[in-house]
Amino acid sequence: MAAPRSFLWSRRIFLTLLTGFVLLPVYVMLSSSLKPLQDVSGEFRWVPSGLTIRPYIDIWSTVPLAKYFVNSLIVAGAATVCSVVIAIFAAYGVSRYRFRGKRLFTVTVLSTQMFPGILFLLPLFLIYVNIGNATGIALFGSRIGLILTYLTFSLPFSIWMLIGYFESVPRDLDEAAMVDGCGPLGALFRVVVPAAVPGIVAVAVYAFMTAWGEVLFASVMTNDTTRTLAVGLKGYATQNDVYWNQVMAASLVVSVPVVAGFLLLQRYLVAGLTAGAVK
Amino acid sequence: MTVTAQPAVGEEALPGATGPTPRRRTGRVRRIALPYLLLLPALLLELLVHLVPMVIGIVMSFKELTQFYIRDWGAAPWAGFDNYSLSVDFDAPVGEALLHSFFVTCAFTVLSVGLCWLLGTVAAVYMQETFRGRGFLRAVFLIPYALPVYAAVITWAFMFQRDNGLVNHVLHDQLGLTDSPSFWLIGDNSFVALLVVSVWKGWPFAFLIVMAGLQNIPKELYEAAAIDGAGMVQQIRRITLPSLRPVNQVLVLVLFLWTFNDFNTPYVLFGQAAPEAADLISIHIYQSSFVTWNFGTGSAMSVMLLLFLLVVTGIYLVLTSRGRRAADV
Repeated sequence: MAAPRSFLWSRRIFLTLLTGFVLLPVYVMLSSSLKPLQDVSGEFRWVPSGLTIRPYIDIWSTVPLAKYFVNSLIVAGAATVCSVVIAIFAAYGVSRYRFRGKRLFTVTVLSTQMFPGILFLLPLFLIYVNIGNATGIALFGSRIGLILTYLTFSLPFSIWMLIGYFESVPRDLDEAAMVDGCGPLGALFRVVVPAAVPGIVAVAVYAFMTAWGEVLFASVMTNDTTRTLAVGLKGYATQNDVYWNQVMAASLVVSVPVVAGFLLLQRYLVAGLTAGAVK
Repeated sequence: MTVTAQPAVGEEALPGATGPTPRRRTGRVRRIALPYLLLLPALLLELLVHLVPMVIGIVMSFKELTQFYIRDWGAAPWAGFDNYSLSVDFDAPVGEALLHSFFVTCAFTVLSVGLCWLLGTVAAVYMQETFRGRGFLRAVFLIPYALPVYAAVITWAFMFQRDNGLVNHVLHDQLGLTDSPSFWLIGDNSFVALLVVSVWKGWPFAFLIVMAGLQNIPKELYEAAAIDGAGMVQQIRRITLPSLRPVNQVLVLVLFLWTFNDFNTPYVLFGQAAPEAADLISIHIYQSSFVTWNFGTGSAMSVMLLLFLLVVTGIYLVLTSRGRRAADV
């Protein structure tokens, strides 16, 4: 059916306004990151008075940004890999087997999603300190503690999405693989996982973004050597002054990898959501 | 990896075959154990990071836990329900502030979830049919979702600066709407600032989910409706919205929980202490625990918050049939 003219116009207006709203901070980030300091300290200007790439050079020395970057990469990367692997096993178990406690498991895991982070921040901190004292494994202040914490944040959503996704993979396929001599794990990795790649990519993207953007636990559970970007960006605000051009340059630099990765993989995310979250 | 659980063909018919062979018994044990083994890592981690801390948090809420007892929290004296009665004594400062924070959070959550849902749904419906530039727009709309929270919210904080921010520049200098540049990050305006940032950040998720939901509506439904003479608006009312109901029920619940518990946005926007008008509950509890070093009271507030969320979610799941199916998985 051909859409009426009024529909086309209302669509054009709505989508234009929405695009403006969405891109406004992106424009501010980009334009301010190219301004000299006196320009960002005074009244806001839409058009920079002069362009400089100075902020992009200074960000690395004002705070140890490279170190924070590496820390964030290690923490978010490790949390993503662990979370995805664990979620694959759990989702396979739930989607392919009947067993006692299945419902309890899914309800328990899903309900952890509703816990406010603040509720277990301090207890978790105490647990990590105690485990550290008892076993010598430094969980508090180390990357491992943060990785462990972050991977459980994305786990419930990942398991939930993958259950839906695995259920859309015909059971006959992995049963046939088992008849042909694969074990259950062989069937999982040779048949179910390849068929569910979009869902797995979607879950991985979600896990990575969750870890990359987390602030609360990163500010309490890290020290000088393990600090992540989420906390490190605060360093551009000194007692007297905020280097807004550097803040914006650094924000842009830390955003580019995730945004680029996300936009490249967003097709998978949409496909994953269609099969997983919606059905 | 071999399949030990497969019964050999014809084995059952063999005379004298009494009971399973040892090999088959281990196979059955393995088959029963397998699903549990598959779930074990997830379960252990959820226990370590969520459930055990939650139990400890509940215990802590009954203790008089100040900074003196942090090294050995077990030694902190029992407080009974003191922390709870302190938190819900709405005539005293602590309880009054908590109640205020709770109402602010409720109002904020309702407005934010409502606006996110509305923007996401309208955008998804407008973009249901293909047109030139649709793929590009979809990518643009996902940027707020993809940007790291702190980077995005710091940028908003810059835009809301009183003297060098874009918002005052437009409202005051360019449009002349205000007599003097306004404060956005302190005072009553901070609620508006927080809401704008929250909606900007949250609506793309609604857009994504609704868009995925729209793909599942069969085209034939629209064609049949068009033949029956239904216009655009009627098709949206009679087909699109009812078909989206199961999707919306999950979406609204997830948005509600995320928004209600959101810590990152106010923390990056305002720092450790939010202005009164935008004092969201998670920041309030953080402030009560970590800044004033009263972990017992903070824990009691957290436990009450969790109970509230459990009750609301429970009621919501009972009211929506989809909830029952989701819980069955």
